[in-house]
Amino acid sequence: MNETLDAVFRREAGRCTATLIRVLGDIDLAEDAVAEAFAIAAEQWPQHGVPPNPGGWIVTTARNRAIDRLRREASRTDRYLAAHRLHADDMEPDHRRELDDLDAFVDVVADDQLRLMFLCCHPALAADAQVALTLRLLGGLDAPTIARAFLVPEATVAQRIVRAKRKLRDNHAAYRIPRAAELPDRLHAVLAAIYLIYTEGHTATSGETLTRVDLSSEAIRVGRVLAELMPDEPEAIGLLALMLLTEARRPARTDSEGAMIRLADQDRNRWDRSLIGEGHELVRACLRRNHPGAFQIQAAIAAVHADAPMADATDWTQIITLYDQLYALRPNPVVALNRAIAVAELHGPAAGLAALAALDTTTLADYQPYHAAHADLLARAGDRDGAVAAYDRAIELSSNPAERHFLRQQRVATADRRPSSP
Amino acid sequence: MPQYLLSVWHDDDYDLDFSSPEAQRQVAQVGEFNGELERAGAWVFGAGLHPASSATVVRSTGGDVSMTDGPYAETKEQMGGFWMIEAPDLDAALAWAGKAAAACEGPVEVRPAEG
Repeated sequence: MNETLDAVFRREAGRCTATLIRVLGDIDLAEDAVAEAFAIAAEQWPQHGVPPNPGGWIVTTARNRAIDRLRREASRTDRYLAAHRLHADDMEPDHRRELDDLDAFVDVVADDQLRLMFLCCHPALAADAQVALTLRLLGGLDAPTIARAFLVPEATVAQRIVRAKRKLRDNHAAYRIPRAAELPDRLHAVLAAIYLIYTEGHTATSGETLTRVDLSSEAIRVGRVLAELMPDEPEAIGLLALMLLTEARRPARTDSEGAMIRLADQDRNRWDRSLIGEGHELVRACLRRNHPGAFQIQAAIAAVHADAPMADATDWTQIITLYDQLYALRPNPVVALNRAIAVAELHGPAAGLAALAALDTTTLADYQPYHAAHADLLARAGDRDGAVAAYDRAIELSSNPAERHFLRQQRVATADRRPSSP
Repeated sequence: MPQYLLSVWHDDDYDLDFSSPEAQRQVAQVGEFNGELERAGAWVFGAGLHPASSATVVRSTGGDVSMTDGPYAETKEQMGGFWMIEAPDLDAALAWAGKAAAACEGPVEVRPAEG
């Protein structure tokens, strides 16, 4: 029973909150109401059984409770009226009807989740606030859980969430899906926040283990909802594909001690084939649309890796082509760095080093992966001292213990190697 | 309808020579923007300000009023002008701010008014 309630909560809390923000016009009121409804469910469901439509039940119960409370507490009526600042003015007229029956609630919920995503990831909020608010309101995670996931003090996360909600309220942020003209920018902010949650879970910037499953799976869950709700946005599909294809490698990314294993050294039998299958299907769907974007191209690159039964069989020519496309869309030094790494795989370390030398190193000076890649290529080219120095810099810049451990091992292995004959 | 303060910020040594073609262009741009605000019914009030060095800060403590020369905050950036606008929501206010920033060729801060 408790398990069922937990499962319902994980699945429904975000959807219910999304709908109740629209119905009640206020984020805090909606959160309180949803929490109250789940408390009632915890009492009633064990006795009377789980209702056929648990999500609808929660929304109806939460709404009724919230309205009861507003009626009881006259002082809050003002707040309720004022709260309609978060107005949803993009709704179809027939969605404005009183939502009396459960089916009607559930019909509307889908759009509400999109509204909530765009609200949480409003560009007027800082990225860390967007991420915290998304996890809180859409993921139903509490501040302590989010704080643990990001290894920041609980008070910091709580304050981020409170401030973000207050800013949205004080600024009369609209609760709506952005119009066509604003959609590309606004959607980009949503995709970026989801990907930030995913990457934080994938390579935790700090913390003892390399991966934190909770954040990654939460990002994938939200990414799935977004892809479902915006099936005509290929970048939403591309982001989901990228996350699934990256996630597929998770079982092979660390050894039994939790130490990091490079892509080239991973046991590909341990990759999750069903995630790869799903990711490939999504990448193919994107290709058919022929409306490429940065996430789709990155997903395509991940798909090329997934296609190779062993590292040696990787189609690096294809990967370089994809990086060229990505660079045309996003001309930034990190993309150029990844392209240089692919060049080294195809044409050898000397060609890779030449490609690295062509990069704008001022912006990469504090970027750990640049120094790790540089060290690897120098070691492979036989420049032991240069490699050791580059590993030292990479180790200095790494904030992840598992990653740092890996870099130290590489450094030791390089330093122990006999200098190559001149 | 919600009201927002749009403020324009400059470096504190910013001093536009109004006879220059550059200033003339900006004045024309801002004039056009003001007209757009008025036609849309979004205009409440607005003004360009003299340089921050022309400011005086007045304090009242226990009935005594004292004055200091110069702006309240001795920061590198100072407010160069502002608008009070009416907009249905934040996104609309941000859209106006984008136009304001283009017109006066400087960053614009958006801040909601209480009430």
